[in-house]
Formats: sequence, structure tokens, C-alpha cells
Amino acid sequence: MAAKTIPGQTAEIAGPKKAFLIQKPEVVAAMIKRAKRALLVVGSKAVNIRSRDGDLVDTAMRLARLQNTTVAATGHLVGEFRRRDDEEVYTMPLMNLGDRLRDPEWEGFDGKGAYNLALFVGFPYYLEWLVLSGLKSFAPNLTTISLERVYQPNASWSFGNMTKEEWEEVIEKIVSILEGK
Amino acid sequence: MAKRDLRLKIDELSSTLGTFKGLEIEVGRIFEEDWEEPLGPTPFPNVGTLRSWDLKLLNRYKPFYMPFCDLCCLCTFGKCDLTGDKRGACGITMAGQQSRIVLLACCIGASTHTAHARHMLDHLIEEYGRDVPLEVALNTNVEAPNIRLVCGIRPKTLRDLEDALDYVETQLVQLVASAHTGQEGDNIDFESKAFHAGMLDHVAMEVADIEQIATLGMPKGVPDAPITQLGFGSIDATKPVIMCIGHNVLPSVDIIDYLMDHDLFGEVEIGGLCCTAHDNSRYDRRAKIIGPISWQLRFIRSGIPDVIVVDEQCLRTDVLMEAEQIGAPVIATSEKSCMGLTDRTDDDPDSIVEDLVEGRVPGVLIISPRNVGEVTVKTAMKIAPRRAGFKTMTRKAVSKLAEKCRNCMECVRACPNNLPIMDAVHAVAQGDFEPLAALYPLCVGCGRCESACPLGFPIITFINKGAEKRIMEEKYPIRVGRGAIQDVEIREVGRAIVFGEIPGIVALVGCANYPAGGSDVAKIAEEFLKRRFIVVTSGCSAMNLAMTRDEEGLNLYEKYSGNFDAGGLVNVGSCVANSHITGAAIKIANIFAKRPLRANYEEIADYIHNRVGAVGVAWGAMSQKAASIAAGCWRLGVPVVVGPHGAKYRRNLLGRKEREEDWMVYDARTGNEVYIGPVPEHLFYAAETVEEALVMIAKLSMRPNDTSKGRAVKLSHYIDLHQRHYGGMPDDLHLYVRREVDIPFTMKDEIMRELEKAGWVEDKISMPDPTMIERLIRRRT
Repeated sequence: MAAKTIPGQTAEIAGPKKAFLIQKPEVVAAMIKRAKRALLVVGSKAVNIRSRDGDLVDTAMRLARLQNTTVAATGHLVGEFRRRDDEEVYTMPLMNLGDRLRDPEWEGFDGKGAYNLALFVGFPYYLEWLVLSGLKSFAPNLTTISLERVYQPNASWSFGNMTKEEWEEVIEKIVSILEGK
Repeated sequence: MAKRDLRLKIDELSSTLGTFKGLEIEVGRIFEEDWEEPLGPTPFPNVGTLRSWDLKLLNRYKPFYMPFCDLCCLCTFGKCDLTGDKRGACGITMAGQQSRIVLLACCIGASTHTAHARHMLDHLIEEYGRDVPLEVALNTNVEAPNIRLVCGIRPKTLRDLEDALDYVETQLVQLVASAHTGQEGDNIDFESKAFHAGMLDHVAMEVADIEQIATLGMPKGVPDAPITQLGFGSIDATKPVIMCIGHNVLPSVDIIDYLMDHDLFGEVEIGGLCCTAHDNSRYDRRAKIIGPISWQLRFIRSGIPDVIVVDEQCLRTDVLMEAEQIGAPVIATSEKSCMGLTDRTDDDPDSIVEDLVEGRVPGVLIISPRNVGEVTVKTAMKIAPRRAGFKTMTRKAVSKLAEKCRNCMECVRACPNNLPIMDAVHAVAQGDFEPLAALYPLCVGCGRCESACPLGFPIITFINKGAEKRIMEEKYPIRVGRGAIQDVEIREVGRAIVFGEIPGIVALVGCANYPAGGSDVAKIAEEFLKRRFIVVTSGCSAMNLAMTRDEEGLNLYEKYSGNFDAGGLVNVGSCVANSHITGAAIKIANIFAKRPLRANYEEIADYIHNRVGAVGVAWGAMSQKAASIAAGCWRLGVPVVVGPHGAKYRRNLLGRKEREEDWMVYDARTGNEVYIGPVPEHLFYAAETVEEALVMIAKLSMRPNDTSKGRAVKLSHYIDLHQRHYGGMPDDLHLYVRREVDIPFTMKDEIMRELEKAGWVEDKISMPDPTMIERLIRRRT
């Protein structure tokens, strides 16, 4: 178990409050289903991360088609979605998004209310670490989940460290459950 | 500082107490009577003097904190857990603690430049006297815009710079004191103090650079400054090689003087890393620039240097250990970085040389700059033949060692950019060096991978080996730092900048902690040079942007002129030359717009923020100095973009473009408060990717004062970059188009469709004579 919660970068250790370990993909699927408003935030590295769909952009496109999840691309990643004919995904720079997620008055991309669950994947490790740290301290009403294949201690919930193959399987399982397969 | 308002000089005074000769009494400061410009409202501002201006900015650009650590461990009550809404034993909050660390970082940065400036000033006064005139740029009357603006004095000689430094040093003590346990606790007040540290830093940097320009014959603001060579390949390793690392040019000046005085320049190579290299080349263009600060380990491991001279700032603290590995002695030259070496300043030079050459000591400390040259040159010439047989690790040895890799991944986890080091090591074990070579342009050279490796693999050496052919071919031309921008140049471009017809000034500055290699800096520079922005640069960034060639083999310095004009690439010089960049913005307000400069900080900052489309970009910002340089820009209202590692500065200062109430200014013509749209949108912003940065830089160049023609030019760049990198039109154009005439003509139909979708109304966004300062309203309606 300890090996699972070693941070993905050597010195990015956890503070007194650290992420709960997600033991099964079903837990994430259930949290998304139960969430009042869920947001999946996809970072610029997604295009370099393989998944069962091809890459993480393809997988995020599948999630964007679901009713209960909003997908937002950060950096310039939205260009990749557009090139794949996905016009549904939202975009916002990561810093701006982090700033808004800690604001209880932000009504979300669609103006329908604040998100109470935010999932992160596809980022440089340290950058996600920092934004999750900001949200841990300054967004008390937000639950965060890191879907990376390495442990992110500042999320509310995080996967433990796993192999690429294990991670691909876990992500596929989550999406399949949400798609009702 | 202790103000002196009276200076009384009496040749001879007889009184009941006796006779006094040459009596001089100073009480308080006397402001120059021959300076016709009246003294402004804020001479020598104290910590709180400009607080109200800071709060205006911080009310619009609120901090988004990203704690780098959840604890405070500064006093013995601690460690205290500050996560969430917890408070420490002293009552401090997480926001307070993060901003406190920001302040401390800025104080360290500003102190470093101030100490550097003071060291040089003391030495230069000793050598040249206090009366050296400050002739720092051709065709220029405003020789020290930061000092004039902040202090309200017009320095004419080296003597006057002492006053500026006295002030800065006093203020820095106040700022550091405010970070003590149980002093300041409010995060916004900490932020204001960080701004103060930044402002002080630009004064100190200005002192540092103009004193060396005035005394050492460095280029005086000339656009066609000489060309020197940059890169490993520029060094002739068959000669004795002296390598100077750091930021303080004085010891290197003595080395160069010694070489010249003894006609040895043709026989000995002198190269430098980081800002000392810039300033060496400004002193004598025959001095080579090896590369940015992050190349220290890389260059030492190459075995090329015969003697290593370190001065101050951003040095590797293990340089002595590394130098021993290649048999090169170290000469430390600063009391700030003694490296545990024996002080030999006053010893006979030949005895020091003998000890170094014979290997009796690994290095020496020589703290008087004028004692460095002879020892260094003689040592290099004597030791070079002995080191001629030095061999770096062979490829065969690298492969053999790599076979022992345990697959632990610790190298990857330790790498700031998680580079695939382990895979490259595995490939090497199979004899394939290409993956290692591919790491070379991406590696920041920190060496954390080596520290982490349980087998102690010298991974930087491995990478050097993989890329050895490329490394030795690295040779690029670079225009040496020109120093200040001339007044006459400001007159020529001021109008076009303020009205937006030159779309902006992009300042590419700072360190080399890049997320994906230094070529990104060249990419940013060229993008905006092609778009006819003015690109100014300094420090490591000025070096990195030289290292990319186009298909015809030309680099940016060969393709773009050094003029401070549209499409010009202006290398101002070392870190301390950054003061010329803020100085140029200040001079636009003063020289072009005729705004009074003297001790008139708020008004000038208000002018710059609302009218001068300048954007600072520190893509690889690493140090505390970078933090304080940025803070000096923030207080002037100049936005700064950093790379993703810059998020580690613990917070961004972000505007919320959708909140109309945040984007109100006064129209100085009427006194009415009007909506101007979110320009510039942010004050401090970390971009995740270089493409995101390109779009944001273009967007942040917009200002409320843009004419319609100027806004159309800026919008066209923003939209074009957005379309290229984001695959479509921006969704916030309705916040930036004020009137139909703002719309770039060639995109009119497309933009109008977007505006209609967003419910855009013409003239909702005003085009006032913008100011955030009530007293600058000229007339009320």
C-alpha cells in the first residue's frame, strides 16, 4: 500500500491532509454519478497519454458525450478536440479554472451552478499538484479526484501508482460504467 | 531612510567652544535646486506610502494561492498545519503564509541585486572616485528613470547612487522585519510589501547596471552592439580555458584586463555562464558566452575549463566538488559565496598559483576583484598542459555502467520535467545513444536525477556523451547587451506604442528552468518579432533565444535588428539590465507623454498600466531574483507571464474578466467611472503550454487607451494566434471590441457573428482617458 502513495515526483510529498486512495474504478464512477455537478479537467499532456480509445483526448470525448459530466480542456488542448470534430468540450486556462473552482459564486461553464466534483487528468505532475493544493485549502465545498496513474496527494481522492496497462484498464472501466455498458 | 534636509559646510568657525575647520553638517536631504522638475508626491516612499495604489491593483488582480507546503516552520511553536481554514500558533492563515513567503522571496531577490550593486559601487568608487559622471546611454537625458521615479533624485555621478542604495537597503530591512512572527498577517498587505520589494529591486538593478556602464566602457544603449559568440563550440579548447560563473563582472574585468595588458587574449580563452558572461562580453566582446546558468554542471563535466572563477548568485553550491572531479581549481571571489575556501586575497599571487597548480588546495578565496586576474590567468596557463590528458567518460564506459540500472525510476521521479531518463539509460545499455541525445535540449541541467540514483550514475555526463557531437557544434552569434533604451528611441516609438499601433513590447527575461527546453523562448520571440512587436530580452533568455537557427542557418540575432522599434530584438544585457526594460516603460510616460517623473510613482504606474502594452515573459523563471523582478513589474501595472514551473511561486494574480465591476476606471476628462473591459486581464499568470502563453501574451498587450486602429491590430494578433492554437475564435471577443471600428477589417464578418452570439452592444466598453487615480481627474461633469 505504501508504494501506491509515493508521490509521482520525489519531493512533492503530502501535507498533513492527503488524498484518500481510490481502490476500485467503481468508486470513481459512483462519485461521478452521485455528483450534483461534475467537471472533468483535461490537461495538455492528454494527447501524449495512451488509452484504450487511442489517447486520453479520445477518452475524454467519450465522457463529454455523457449527460452528467462537463469536460474542460486546459492549455491549448481544445485545438486537439476541435481537430477531432468535438465542439462540445469547454476550454479555460488551468489557472483561470482553478481560480473559479474555488469561488462558490461561479456558476460553471453553462451558468447552471457551481461544480461540486472536479476530476483532473493529463497534466505535468507538479502543476496538477499545485492547483490541487490551492483547491484543497481554498475550495472547501469541492471534492477533487486525480485520475493520473501516479498518486497526487493534494486531491481529495487519488489513484495509487500503477502501470500503464493497469491504468488504461481502470480508465476504460470507469467510462464503461458511466456509459452504462 | 534617515532624511537629510540641510547640508551646511563651513570652512572655518570660531566659537566659544573653539575653532573648527572644514566643518560639514548634513541634516536631511537637499533636493537639487537646478532640476526644474518639481518634486512629486512620493520621494523615497516608505513601506506603506504606495499601499493605496497596490490595493487598487490587488483588488482587480486577486491572488489565487497554490500552497507549495501546507506547513509553517518558521518559529518554534511550529510546525503548524495551515491547511484549509486552520491557523498557526501565531494566528496566521494559509493565505497569509503563502504571501509571506512571496514577500520573503522578493526580499531575497531584491537584496541580492542590492548587495551586488553595493559591492560594485564601493569598488568602483575606490577605483574611479565618486565624481565619475553617469553617462549611460547616447542621446539620453533621463539616465536613471527608476531612480528618478522612486527616489526623486537625479543621479549625476557615482556619489549620487549611494543615496539610492542607502534608501533601498533601509527599506529592505523594514520589509524583512514585517515577515517576523507576529508582525504582518494580512495576505493582501504582504502582497503590497512584495510589490514594494520589487520596486526597490528595479532601483537597485538600475544602480548596478548604470554604474558598470559608466565606468567600464560597456555599450551605451547602442542598437548595433557588437556581436560575440555563444555556445560550447565557441570555446577553443586547445587553449587554456577560464570559465567565469555568476553575475558580478568585477573579477572577470580584472582577468580581461590582465589578458589585454599582457597581450594574452589570443592565447587564453575566457568564457562565462549566466550574467557574468553577458557583462564580460559587454566589457570586451572577445569574451565568450558559454550558455545559461543551467549549463554549469554540463560544462564542468565536459572537462573543458582549466580554471573556474565564481562570483555570486545562481552558482551551484557544489561547484568545488565538481571542479575537483575534472582537476580544475576554483577561485571564489565573493564574501557571499566563500565555499569553505581559505582567504588568500593578500597573498603573493605566484604562491597562490603554485598551490593551485600543484593541487595543494582545490581552490582559493580572493575577495578583492583586482587581485583575481593575475592568479587566474597564470593558473590557467600553467595547469592547462597538465590537464591536457584529461578524458571524460568514454561511451563504452557509459554503456557498461548503464547495464547495472535497477529500473527504480528514481531518476524520472526526481526530474523536474519527468523526462524519460530511465528509458534512455536502458537504450544506452544496448549501445543506442540517441534517446540520451534527445534529452539534451530538454534537460534543465539540475542534476537531481544523479542525486536520486541509488547507484550514483552521473546522468548529466551520460547525456553529454549522448549529445557530444551536437554540443561541440553549438556556436551562435549573439548581440551583446546594449544597456538602456535611448531617449530618442522612446520619442520615435512612444506614440505608436501608447496608441497601440505597435502592438506591444514583449520582454523575454529570466532563468532557464524551462518545461520543454530553451527553444520555446526562441519560438515566443520569433512569433512576436514577425508580428512587429518590440521584443526585449536579458539574462538566460537572451542566450536561449540565440540557439535556434532557421532553414537558412540564421538565428534571431542575425535576422532582427537591435533597434527599440517594431520588429526589433533588443538584448539589454544581464539580470540587472532588466531595469532598462521597466525604465523604457517609465520613459514612455515621461518623454512621450510628458508626465512628471520625479517621485511620481503612482501616476507613472497608472499611465503604464492603462497605456503601455508591455508584457513580461519569464518562461523559465526559477530564482528569487526573478520573483522580485516580476514584482517590480506588477507594481508598475505590467503583466507577467511565466511558464508552468512559475506556478511554484505560490500564487497567480488573476483578473476575472466577467466581473464588470472589476474593470472600472475614471475618465480623466469627465471624472465619470466607466467600464473598459478586462485589459490587461491578468497581472501574474502561469501558462501550462507555450501555445497558451502565445495567445495570452497577445491578449495581455491590450490596454484601455488603445485607439481603434491599435485595438484592431492587437485583436488581429490575438484572434489569429487563438485560431491557430485553439482551433477556433475566442469566446470573449465581446469584452475587447469596443466599437465596430475596433474590428480587424479582414475578419469583420466572422467577428460580427461571434459578437452577435454574445449579445455585444457597441459603446458599452468605453474609450476614456483612463486613470485609476482620482486626483488625476482633470474636470468633473
